[in-house]
Order: sequence, then structure tokens, then C-alpha cells
Amino acid sequence: MMAAIDGNTPLCTGIGVVAPTGIGVESHWQAILGGKTGIDRISRFDPAAYPVKLSGQVRDFVAKGRVPGRLIPQTDHWTHMALRATELALSDAAVNPASLPEYEMAVVTSSSSGGTEFGQHEMTRLYQHGPSWVSAYQSIAWFYAATTGQVSIRNGMRGPCGVVCAEQAGGLAALGQARRLVRSGESRLVVSGGTDAALCPYGLTAQLASGSLSTVDDPETAYLPFDQDAAGFLPGEGGAILILEDAGRIGERAQQDAYGVILGHATGFDPRPESARAPALRATLARALDDARVDAADVDVVFADAMGVPELDIVEAQAIGAVFGENAVPVTAPKTLTGRLYGGGASLDVATALLSLRHGVVPHTVGPRRLAAGCPIDLVTGQPRELDLRTAVVLSRGYGGFNAALVLRRSRN
Amino acid sequence: MPKFTLDDLRRTLRESTGIDEEVDLDGDIADTEFVELGYDSLALLQVASEVERSYGVPIPGEQLAQLTTPGSVVTFINEQLQRAGV
Repeated sequence: MMAAIDGNTPLCTGIGVVAPTGIGVESHWQAILGGKTGIDRISRFDPAAYPVKLSGQVRDFVAKGRVPGRLIPQTDHWTHMALRATELALSDAAVNPASLPEYEMAVVTSSSSGGTEFGQHEMTRLYQHGPSWVSAYQSIAWFYAATTGQVSIRNGMRGPCGVVCAEQAGGLAALGQARRLVRSGESRLVVSGGTDAALCPYGLTAQLASGSLSTVDDPETAYLPFDQDAAGFLPGEGGAILILEDAGRIGERAQQDAYGVILGHATGFDPRPESARAPALRATLARALDDARVDAADVDVVFADAMGVPELDIVEAQAIGAVFGENAVPVTAPKTLTGRLYGGGASLDVATALLSLRHGVVPHTVGPRRLAAGCPIDLVTGQPRELDLRTAVVLSRGYGGFNAALVLRRSRN
Repeated sequence: MPKFTLDDLRRTLRESTGIDEEVDLDGDIADTEFVELGYDSLALLQVASEVERSYGVPIPGEQLAQLTTPGSVVTFINEQLQRAGV
């Protein structure tokens, strides 16, 4: 059964990917299916002095010629990537924003670092030379809402815009808010998802404080979620921008071409670390299924958060096992090819899940070989698995206690 | 002989605030409003900061609001340079 499509149904009609796996939906999907990693030694700066030397960078990304010339010196690398991803997503959705009412279009993105690299550059000028050396654009480039604002201005989208800062869970929360705007009838189109870029010395140093990054210096074994040898995760940059549209306000053709429907969404927050209460993920997942009115048995694939931190992998595997049954649903984590993209990570997972639904293929998780004890999940490894897929769940967690789950259903045969 | 030319301003605009692809900065822009060239008040604040650093000429905020064309900026800076006896 396909999702019922009627008025105010939030359909994903376009995807724009700017990620370590590639730029554009097709190159990303081919890299995912081929297990082609985007993980390599950090080249945006010399990582020799840092304990983490690997990351997922968007190697082919060049702002010049792809991002409006006036915006390049005004905005951070993270915003450059989002502007490009938005352009790709709008083109994928065959939408011309200029032809739609500006107050019926909104922008809701996720950001976890803001304009870190831009900020570092200006801070360096401040302490090396003085206040007059700091760019006037620092005022608008660094802050979390900068990407949402620039995408809104660039595309003339003046509806209810916002930004969600919930680390890696932010991408799902942003899409949850986008869905709310469509379902309430307030917006006919929402640009959502997000990107992030914190691969500069300042950004990496801030991330190191979590203690969850892998210091293993081998791209093939550094990030092994659910594996016996899990040693943390690698950071990455980029993400995905998705176009959500109100099914009731687009043509039948556009409905049929859509990737899928956001059926359900929930967020949760973990109890304080010393609390005896359970982590929030299991309950968040259950609430997302309730919200979607989907039985656990009807879920065909789970895209895991896959932290790569042993105790957190067990929390997630146990939550999946408790809700779906042990080894009862295929689980995958293609993010081992990109690293965790923070504000951009969960929306890239949603993009991959929608492609998975469309093509009837669960991409494999590259890296893990031997599941850790306490992880009773059917992790798809080795090669992609072809299945008739209708419903997918995406899970994400963000540093500090954020949890989110999203339920997706493919929207055509 | 002016010490600060329109080309100096063009270079400052290019380097510090970028260029709108639809604008020909090399054209006859002396009397074109900054707004039409795609530069907003923040862009001019950035230009003023660069000029102060490179030429030692501060442009106070209230003065900056009066300088709405490239030509007026060039004239103002040269007047200040002359006054300072540079």
C-alpha cells in the first residue's frame, strides 16, 4: 500500500546532495551503492598536530561559479554548500521559486556549528591585528541561522523560516518542522535539511571535546559502528537539502515524480548522564511510529544513527531490537562513507533512505565486520540488499542528549 | 593627481565584498548608486574598514551613509588624503 496522497501531505519532491560521497543525487547514490568512501586525510588544514587526521570532505566542491559572487566572501563554507545543495534540490524538484507566492515558501535548516571556519579566520585577524581587521560580514556569516537566511533571500522565500540546532539530530527536527508547516497549510513549499562544515582547527578542536571522535588513523577501520572494534566516529562536512511540498498544491505529475512522504516524526531528549532512567531513543522511535500510524512490522529498513561509540551503539541496537524485534529488520548506516556530518548528517541519511525506497535497495554499511555483543540487529554489510521497500525509518542522535526519528514512505510504485 | 582612484575602489570591492555576476564593475560606474551595483550598507561598512586600514582614512558612519556612489567615495577619500597632507 502506498501512502495516501491528499491535501497537506508533505511530499519530498527534490534532493540536493553536497557530501563527501559526491555532489548531486546520482553521484551520491552511485558512491553509496559502490561502497566508495569519501573518508581521507584532512586537507582543509594540516591535521598533523591533531589526534584526528581523517574526515569526510567534499573534495570536488568549488564555490566560485556555483555560488553567487557577492555571497562568497560574505558567507561560510557551510552556507556555500547549502546554497549549492538548494539549487540542486530545486532543480531536481523542477521548481521555479520565482513563480510561487513568496510567503507560502519557507526555509528550515539544521546547523550545529554555524560559520566555524569563517569565524576562525576573523578571530585570527582580531588577535593578530586588531578589531578593524575583522570582516563586517562576521556579523552575518557565523551564526546558525545564516544559511537559512541566505537561502531565503536568494530564493525569495519569506514564509516562516527557522534553524534547528540539535547537533546530528537537527536534520530530522528541521524536516519535522518543515512537515508541520506543510501540514498546517501555512507553507506550500519548504526548503529543509541542512549542511555543516567544521573542518578547521577551531571546529575540530571543539569536536574533540566530546571524546567521541575516532583517533584511528586508517580510513577503513576508523569508524566501525556496531562493530567489536568500534572506536568512535569520524567527522565530515556537507549534507543534503530537501524540498518538501504540499501534495495538494502540486500537479499530478509532480506527485508521481516525488521521492516519498514524511509519515511521522518524533524528538526526544536523554535523561541526565547519572540518571537511572533509560536513554530516550527507544521511546522516540516508538512515538515516531505512532505519529506515522505505522506498525513496527511494516517498517522495511532502518537507517541507524550509528555513533560508533560502543555504549551508544548498544543503546541504539537495543532500541531497534526492542521496537522491531531482534534481527527483525534490515539496518544500515551508509554514513561510514562520509563520517558524521552533524547538522548535515541526518538529512543526508533521509536523502539516502528516499533513494533506497525509490530503487528498492538497502545500501550496505561499509566497515563493520563483527557485531559487538549486545547488538542484536540485522546490519546490512558486504553488499547492497535488494528488497521491496515501502517504509523506512531514520534515527539520529546529537551530542548533549538530542534524539530524533523520522518515518518515510515511498510515494509511487 | 588623485591618490585613491576608481580602480583602487574596484579592487577593494572585488577583494572584500565580492562581485554580483550581473554587474560590470569595469564599466562606467562612478555615478551609479551602490544599491544598483548590488552593494548594501554592510558591504560599504566592509569597504570603509578596508580603506581605513589601507589608506589611513576613516569614514565615519554618518558620512558613509551620504556616499551613495563610487565616485563620491573616491572624492571623499582624496579630500581627506589632501587634508592630511599626504
